[in-house]
Amino acid sequence: MALRVMRGMVGLLLLAQVSVANAVLSIEIIGAGEHQIPVAIVPFGGDSKLAQAINDVVVGDLQRSGLFRLVDPTGKSPHELAEVSYPDWQVRGADALAIGKVGLLNNGRIEASFRLLDVVKQAQLVGQSVSANDDQVRAVGHRISDLIYEKLTGDKGVFSTRIAYVNRLEKKHYSLIVADSDGYNEQNVLEQSEPIMSPAWSPDGSHLAYVSFETGHAVVYVQSLYTRQRMMLADFSGSNSAPAWSPDGKQLAIVLTRDGSSQIYLIQPDGGGLRRITFSGAIDTEPNFSPDGQSLLFTSDRGGSPQIYSMPVAGGPEQRMTFGDGNNFSPRYNPDGKGFVFTHFVNGKFQIATQDFQTGQVGILTAGGWEKNPSFAPNGKLILFASEARDRGILATVSSDGRVQQHMFTQSGDAREPVWGPHQ
Amino acid sequence: MKKLVAGIVLVNLLAACASEKPKESAAAASAPPPAATAPAPQAAPAPVVMVDPLNDPASILAKRSVYFPFDVSAVQEDDKPVVLAHAKYLSEHPDRKVRVEGNCDERGSNEYNLGLGQRRADSVKQMLVLGGAKASQIETVSYGEEKPVCTEHNEACWKQNRRSDIKYQ
Repeated sequence: MALRVMRGMVGLLLLAQVSVANAVLSIEIIGAGEHQIPVAIVPFGGDSKLAQAINDVVVGDLQRSGLFRLVDPTGKSPHELAEVSYPDWQVRGADALAIGKVGLLNNGRIEASFRLLDVVKQAQLVGQSVSANDDQVRAVGHRISDLIYEKLTGDKGVFSTRIAYVNRLEKKHYSLIVADSDGYNEQNVLEQSEPIMSPAWSPDGSHLAYVSFETGHAVVYVQSLYTRQRMMLADFSGSNSAPAWSPDGKQLAIVLTRDGSSQIYLIQPDGGGLRRITFSGAIDTEPNFSPDGQSLLFTSDRGGSPQIYSMPVAGGPEQRMTFGDGNNFSPRYNPDGKGFVFTHFVNGKFQIATQDFQTGQVGILTAGGWEKNPSFAPNGKLILFASEARDRGILATVSSDGRVQQHMFTQSGDAREPVWGPHQ
Repeated sequence: MKKLVAGIVLVNLLAACASEKPKESAAAASAPPPAATAPAPQAAPAPVVMVDPLNDPASILAKRSVYFPFDVSAVQEDDKPVVLAHAKYLSEHPDRKVRVEGNCDERGSNEYNLGLGQRRADSVKQMLVLGGAKASQIETVSYGEEKPVCTEHNEACWKQNRRSDIKYQ
């Protein structure tokens, strides 16, 4: 575990060399989870500035998840196990208590030692040290949030993951941005005067594939987030677009119009092995691999309107998945493989919806407006999507049960096509 | 090779942007600027045969955009004369090339609209070829919903964005 934490930090350190964009944002939370776990987070002892920064991140993370009710710790500030008086916290209604200390080591690194305690059973749930470079205090906070989330919900936390999105500033200024899962720590991967579309994370989080119009038409590129090196993956005549990685990272599905209308092809990350896999003559686009790598979901208008279809990657029968009123776009598998999320367009409104493979049941998760491009967090518990508020394109998340929504306002411009990155 | 072509296209594009208005396009731009010393306004008018109809604002060729209903890529009846006029011009000027750019309103996913914009460009190309232009004179490209001329959420705006532009290179 410690090793994995370290490796994550190395990744963050390298990413930090990428140019840093302006800071975000304001965050608004709407709604609350059904069963919230009451937890008290005591601001850490030690370096008070670091402690405050970590506390802000942890409190923000836990609140946004919608799964926790934060119990006010005012008046009590234990930092060591020996200083904890469980009855104090039982009286306040806390089920769990987080305490710890943080300091700057001689080598310039931040080290936080932290414990999560079960107030009811009066026992320690986890105790761990987390360290990082001194400019990575938010990463320390996110890692602690993940540990709390995992211990208290049983699901893997996603606070340390990253997201990517396109920001459009006026008509001639486009950026491809990678940020922490809470929208902070934005870094520009690419900035130019021509449109950028469809960022897609490699399964190990090391690369982004995306579409850029910098040469005058849509071309697919693959870029390393560590070295910033990039290569043209597909530059055929017409449009090259909609990259999606297979879960093993050994191939991508892309969409080309070189042979007529938009059709789906497979290609290796080095540009070799190009192979066409749909032959509809309609628009087939937005491929997305199933978690087991065996199937694809995609959007097609072969039936007369854009709907979601599925097909085996190896070829075989294609099956329509969505029916009923309206158009449907942008399918993405739930990481558990049991369903998918998509954009539902009906009565002039876009909204985020999910569908279960077994029952076919559709759940509408958002109220409807300009809500597009959903993608699951790697734990399947949250969905990131593009929304709109105050006449701007913004990032938003909704819990997979639809109960809690979060709006993240970037500093300026329109945020578009966000996509949640993998665990690292 | 491909990169070279792309580079040339880009340069041409920039040139096209700089001369958005038909009357300012290639031929006019290449005419020598009037010398400061030359008065001669009453000189004989330029012979009619020298005028490229492409530069005549009164010509149907001054229309370079065709418009589409929602989620439709077929050229509409109203716009067929425009496309066929460009087809005729291209067939009579085999050295001229066009780039047809397909655009969409925002009511679809970004990727679906990229496909739809390609179809809108391709359907104009097909009609140009039917009208006598050579396929090799026509390049098609889609911008999907990525380059809207209007960004409000209403039909007045959307209908301007559902469009193919014929751009002379």
